Amino acid sequence: MRWINRRPGAALAAFLALVPFALALAAYMIGSDMRLAVNPSDKLLPAPSSIVDTALRLFTEPDRRSGRILLWHDTLASLQRLALGVGISAGLATAFGLLIGLLPHVRATLAGFVGVLSMIPPLAVLPILFIVFGLGELSKVVLIVIGILPFLIRDLSQRVLEIPREMIVKAETLGASTSVIALRVALPQLMPRLLQAVRLSLGPAWLFLIAAEAIASDQGLGYRIFLVRRYLAMDVILTYVAWITLLAVIMDLALRALSRRAFRWTETAL
Amino acid sequence: MSFVTVDNVFQSYGTRPILERVSVEVKEGEFISIVGASGCGKSTFLRLLLAQETPSRGEIRVAGQPPAREPGLDRGVVFQKYSVFPHMTVRENVVAGESLRRPWGRFFGKEKVEARKRADETLARIGLDHVADAYPATLSGGMQQRLAIGQALAARPRILLLDEPFGALDPGTRLSMHDFLQDLRRDTGMTVFMVTHDLSEGFKLGDRVLVFDKPRWDPHDPNAYGATITYDFDARNGGIPYQTIEEDTHVLRPA
Ligand SMILES: Nc1ncnc2c1ncn2[C@@H]1O[C@H](COP(=O)(O)OP(=O)(O)OP(=O)(O)O)[C@@H](O)[C@H]1O
Ligand SMILES: [Mg+2]
Repeated sequence: MRWINRRPGAALAAFLALVPFALALAAYMIGSDMRLAVNPSDKLLPAPSSIVDTALRLFTEPDRRSGRILLWHDTLASLQRLALGVGISAGLATAFGLLIGLLPHVRATLAGFVGVLSMIPPLAVLPILFIVFGLGELSKVVLIVIGILPFLIRDLSQRVLEIPREMIVKAETLGASTSVIALRVALPQLMPRLLQAVRLSLGPAWLFLIAAEAIASDQGLGYRIFLVRRYLAMDVILTYVAWITLLAVIMDLALRALSRRAFRWTETAL
Repeated sequence: MSFVTVDNVFQSYGTRPILERVSVEVKEGEFISIVGASGCGKSTFLRLLLAQETPSRGEIRVAGQPPAREPGLDRGVVFQKYSVFPHMTVRENVVAGESLRRPWGRFFGKEKVEARKRADETLARIGLDHVADAYPATLSGGMQQRLAIGQALAARPRILLLDEPFGALDPGTRLSMHDFLQDLRRDTGMTVFMVTHDLSEGFKLGDRVLVFDKPRWDPHDPNAYGATITYDFDARNGGIPYQTIEEDTHVLRPA
């Protein structure tokens, strides 16, 4: 039998999925053991047990100076920025996607402009954002928006253009105006694609968030990582990285579940 | 009196002529079948009738009105695919036939209740009442086409345009769709244009069968000329006009 036709069973598939994780963990443990054997106070690859200890401390013990549990505090600050940035981008992208996809005049005006905008490396304009919007929350949210909005607009307007012409013509023959076609025909069909595009853009959104926090902030997950870097606190950094990854995975799964539930009509014929 | 008047219509894409010198007059309530080789411009002709495109020359008038510039309520259409809205349930699709013309594309309150009731009557009529709350993706091809026709009729167009509506259906489903369409037509008296690749279907359903073909043919450049209507058959009585056989013979009779 050809390899392209061989499929793992459910149990084997689950096992295979775990293998890379186990290997990565094992490689880390071996590396950590080797370094600690030579130098017990090595900070570069702390033992997993000490990372767990640090994690427990970070999640539960309040900071001595401020009396707050910093990790939750950082998480809240970062998630707020992320939600604002992604939410604003998604809203704007939906509106512009519909306009560009449906209206030839808007398309002729904006398609090229958005294409060029999306080529600007967002991090290169970060200094401008700090100068214009100051070092507060606004510049961080704006960086996320600038970072993912052009992609979202391009993706969504493309999706609107992909709606079969027949369907739009059908709506016209039922007397629908442009706005009714946008609201009742195009928008509902765009929603599942919006969720998909947002899922894809969450990765870049985290990147821009952490970059902005690393450079100028006084709280947030990215800020903390770059702060403790000065003390080579690998255990803290690794805890934060694992936590961020977990948050990202949860968001991705939640969006996927939401799009399955909310858009039952996308399920194909039984 | 002519209801749809197609007057010397030409259509070309770029420099390539697709249709040329197409003229035809159609009375209100007639059922016109359109046949012709693949790619000869039948769908193009329907798009022109629908006013989805404007002809490069000539004009098409309905009921003496000036030529329409975009699709509208007076012309309904059913394409081979993508004719229903996938994000609406079967019932919502039928309601949409009446509600999309409203400012918000929806009915509210009492109107909504009444529209749903009318939609349920339509669904019972087209035999889809048992799947009223399902989404189109879960329906079979025949059911989707029935829904598309029901939705188009809910808007009460004066002209119905069908582009190979039964092309993807199996022969049995096709036959029941024929009965369905003939019943509808008897009740509504609409003017219908139907493109089909099935000659017998065209003759069975149509009052007239228009044949599109290229009257001129350049062997060195097959795309040099466009197609036009080369035959206009009277299809009543199975296409044997004025030949209704009086005496009992052994000649095969059209079904
Ligand atoms: N928008 C367009 N731009 C350029 N060429 C087009 C366009 N639409 C159709 N054509 C061309 O016009 C010709 C006629 O197309 P049309 O779809 O009307 O044929 P048809 O008779 O409906 O064929 P079929 O039986 O396969 O559906 C085809 O060769 C097609 O490639
Ligand atoms: Mg066609």
